[in-house]
Amino acid sequence: MLRPYWRIVIQAQLTENSIIPTAGQRFLRFARRLFADFPTALGTSIMLLFVLAAVFGPLLAPYGFNQSIYEHPRQPPDSSHWFGTDHLARDVFSRVLVGARSVLLLAGGGTLVAVALGTLVGLASGYAGGWLDELLMRLFDSLLALPALLLALLLLGTLRAAYGESVSAVSKGLGVFLVLAVVYTPIVARVVRSVVLAVKTRSYVEAARLQGESLGWILFREILPAALPALAVEAALRFSYAIFLTSSLGYLGVGVQPPNPDWGLMVNEGRRNVSQVPWAMWFPAAAISLVVVGANLMADGLKRALREE
Amino acid sequence: MLIYLLRRLGFLGLTVVVTSLLVFLIAQVLPGDVCRVILGREAGEARIAECRADLHLDDPAPVRYLRWLADFARGDWGESYATGFEIRPLVLDRLRMSLMLAGLTFVVAVPLAVALGMLAAVNRGKWLDTVISLGSLAVVGLPEFVTGILLIELVAFRVPWLPASSSLPVGAPFRAALPALVLPALTATLVLLAYIARLTRAGVVEELKQNYVRTAELKGLPRLTVLVKHVLRNALLPTITVVAISAGWLVSGLVVIENVFNYPGLGRLLVFAIDRRDLPALQAIVMLTVVAFALANLAADLLYAALNPRIRVG
Repeated sequence: MLRPYWRIVIQAQLTENSIIPTAGQRFLRFARRLFADFPTALGTSIMLLFVLAAVFGPLLAPYGFNQSIYEHPRQPPDSSHWFGTDHLARDVFSRVLVGARSVLLLAGGGTLVAVALGTLVGLASGYAGGWLDELLMRLFDSLLALPALLLALLLLGTLRAAYGESVSAVSKGLGVFLVLAVVYTPIVARVVRSVVLAVKTRSYVEAARLQGESLGWILFREILPAALPALAVEAALRFSYAIFLTSSLGYLGVGVQPPNPDWGLMVNEGRRNVSQVPWAMWFPAAAISLVVVGANLMADGLKRALREE
Repeated sequence: MLIYLLRRLGFLGLTVVVTSLLVFLIAQVLPGDVCRVILGREAGEARIAECRADLHLDDPAPVRYLRWLADFARGDWGESYATGFEIRPLVLDRLRMSLMLAGLTFVVAVPLAVALGMLAAVNRGKWLDTVISLGSLAVVGLPEFVTGILLIELVAFRVPWLPASSSLPVGAPFRAALPALVLPALTATLVLLAYIARLTRAGVVEELKQNYVRTAELKGLPRLTVLVKHVLRNALLPTITVVAISAGWLVSGLVVIENVFNYPGLGRLLVFAIDRRDLPALQAIVMLTVVAFALANLAADLLYAALNPRIRVG
């Protein structure tokens, strides 16, 4: 169908005025979605609380995370030590608060790196197509054939065999960070790629190409926005798995090393002394569960919102 | 069907090869001298050189890779750095223990999860559905080690015949091991249950909307017959894929669960190997697990193809 010139002009004007929302409006719509129904709002609130604890935790903590209060060893929870003190007389509440930051940095940082890398690879692979796409996807298929924890243990185990615990960056969780990036990049890349394949033959992408737009413009300004909703859901989902994986590695004693207040590690240490200080195990365990459930609820809500669109 | 089988086998081979490359490369790229690890910090240069020659460490990497792969395929998995024992018998014994646990979990979890998922779907929107959905959501959120510890604290200390620790002798026969298997299997079941039940529910809900269900009901067939003979057959197709995926989930879960319960399986050995920087043992365990996991996936694919005539055309 031939489109008369004036219709294109009117359409262009309409778009100028109100159809495309501004960045602020889009953010508002996104934020409203995060509180759209009770489960999603609950999940979002838990995550907000968690982020607050991660940012301000060290300031709010009544004691140092590694400070032994020798006058109160193995204290049950009371008004001076809300979560009690552990076998080394450290304040469990302070440790859980400070530990939130390490969980957020490790799981969140690892997820961010994976999302960024995965987006780049997915865009490139989907847009280029051909042998590059084929090669990358077969490689990812085989990587994904490995259970995530197994891949993580393989990487961490080898890292440890090579460096030992002598390198403090490794014991502080650099290994875990690396593992999350490696394990989740293929998954994110696949999601982005599937969107790219769906939109790259659309007329607006074609139009951009005919106009002579640069490759970067086409990939990031024309194609990427279409992938953003799916990417948001995937990121939230990956984040909840990342917390799960990080704390499992901490519990197994192969992730972050003592005396860092990693939640999984705290459960492990608490369990060895469970007959004397059960609270030192239950509070970090509850914190992990709460955050994982929160992230899950949030991801579920986002997924539903995406499907309704 | 034959072409399909061949293609799946090809993919399985590719997966194993890529994994083996990965396992080999990760160990090679990283700095650090294997002989230094074996002989310790104080060993002299001459002994290190001798050890390197023994292990053929100075050959080019592709040669070493092929030799390692060939050795692995022939069943020569080397000796443990930590103990000096042959790796193969040790790992195979542990594999048997892990398979026992995994088998028990699957036999309990899959039928139960499918039943619960159907129950929730049939009672969609009623209280039973809400209970099942909320319950599975809560369990999905708990890491395996939290569920395991909860069970130990809540159940094992109250039920005298259920041991809190499942550390068994490695060769224990199934009947003798059963009491020690109950709690670990229950933990794994809870995690799988929630996952599979949720997806089965979604599948059955979709199928119940189809016209053939209405036809069958209007023919006057009893509700149970409709559900089992018509709906379940179709709803199970996606469930099989889900079960195959959850096999990977189970592998990860079992590593954690075995450590929570001190169960002498492959997962426990894996963490031991990491603790002692025992690279050959680590490599053998990962390779073996991947092969087992890939075989499970292949079995699921074949079952899917057998149940779904549409797939054979391609």
